[in-house]
Amino acid sequence: MSSKMQSSNNIAHARRTVQQLRIEASIERIKVSKASADLMHYCGEHAKYDPLLMGIPASENPFKDKKPCTIL
Amino acid sequence: MGEMDTLKKEADGLKTQIEAARKAVNDTTMAAVASGVAAAPRVQLKNRKTLKGHLAKIYGLHWSADNRHMVSASQDGKLLIWDTYTGNKVYAVPLKSSWVMSCSMAPSGNLVASGGLDNMCTIVNIKAASPKTLRELDAHEGYLSHSRFLSDTEILTASGDTTCCLWDLETGKQKVIYKSHVGDCMCLAVSPDQNSFISGACDSSAKLWDVRDGGCKQTFIGHTSDINAIAFFPSGTAVITGSDDCTLKMYDLRADQEVNGYQDAALNAGVTSVSLSSSGRLIFAGYDNFNCNIWDSLKAEKVGVLSGHDNRVSCIGVPDDGLGICTGSWDSFLKIWN
Repeated sequence: MSSKMQSSNNIAHARRTVQQLRIEASIERIKVSKASADLMHYCGEHAKYDPLLMGIPASENPFKDKKPCTIL
Repeated sequence: MGEMDTLKKEADGLKTQIEAARKAVNDTTMAAVASGVAAAPRVQLKNRKTLKGHLAKIYGLHWSADNRHMVSASQDGKLLIWDTYTGNKVYAVPLKSSWVMSCSMAPSGNLVASGGLDNMCTIVNIKAASPKTLRELDAHEGYLSHSRFLSDTEILTASGDTTCCLWDLETGKQKVIYKSHVGDCMCLAVSPDQNSFISGACDSSAKLWDVRDGGCKQTFIGHTSDINAIAFFPSGTAVITGSDDCTLKMYDLRADQEVNGYQDAALNAGVTSVSLSSSGRLIFAGYDNFNCNIWDSLKAEKVGVLSGHDNRVSCIGVPDDGLGICTGSWDSFLKIWN
């Protein structure tokens, strides 16, 4: 690659980098306190439906090996 | 001043601006906000099933949307599709290249994808009379590290060539190319609404992309090494990353910054894989040290561990119904826990 082509590639890359940073600089941000509160709220609302958190009764556990029962 | 110098000055100025804007909204820590929340219960999960059948290291696993079937990929050159309720193998798909690094299943359950050092993503129809190769997606210039189907007609791929790509499976052609990372892309995850996805790369950053227009919307920094694993928090408003720097981080999309970090001075093994329980409260992370640690996502405390593998845990997944967690390892076994 000629050095002229290489330097124009570098400039093109630098232009793209600046363009991307402009996009990222322009977004709206919410406060970490609000973001954290919302995530906590989500966990709280969904906790009771989370089987790995709440535990799974043996009768509803599709992965538990079912042992044969004998009726005495 | 030459154009390069002007551009560099502008780039540095913008980075400083972004850092200041993030600091301006950084009014507290999640640890402080979560201090009033009850601790998650000590999580003791039992190994319910061990799926045996692969003959070499397992590199990937993906649950079916039916919560029962699962595909796994091994460098023994096979994809296996399992019925996890019985532990039986339902299909075996021989791979042209055994250097597989990832696999995925379409939401319909009809198609599976795999790829690796062959730089290709191979799509197979497993519901045909015998598993049939539908497409070989061949345009990446580096290894295929990850893939996720959006439907039977579209798939997203992440590659060692530093790009991600959206493919049209009807034509086999690239629809959108996502370019911005400056290191190998190692992982990707799709948002719950499928309008965006996130990627993690060897440049230590995670990027949020618009699926349709290919634009990078946000970049998350802070890790000091390769990001190997990435997952969305179930609300879609935060992402969790796992890295070779031995830590996990939670980035909130709306605050545009890291809001929590999961690390332990005693842990000096890289994170290979990450998955969350259905409420988002528990983070399951696979590490190079053969274990999977369970973290409380809000309080950033370790609340459990899954041990039982004899080699690195390379992949991990929780089905959509949240009823269990599967770990896949270089020891050639998959284990299901709940």
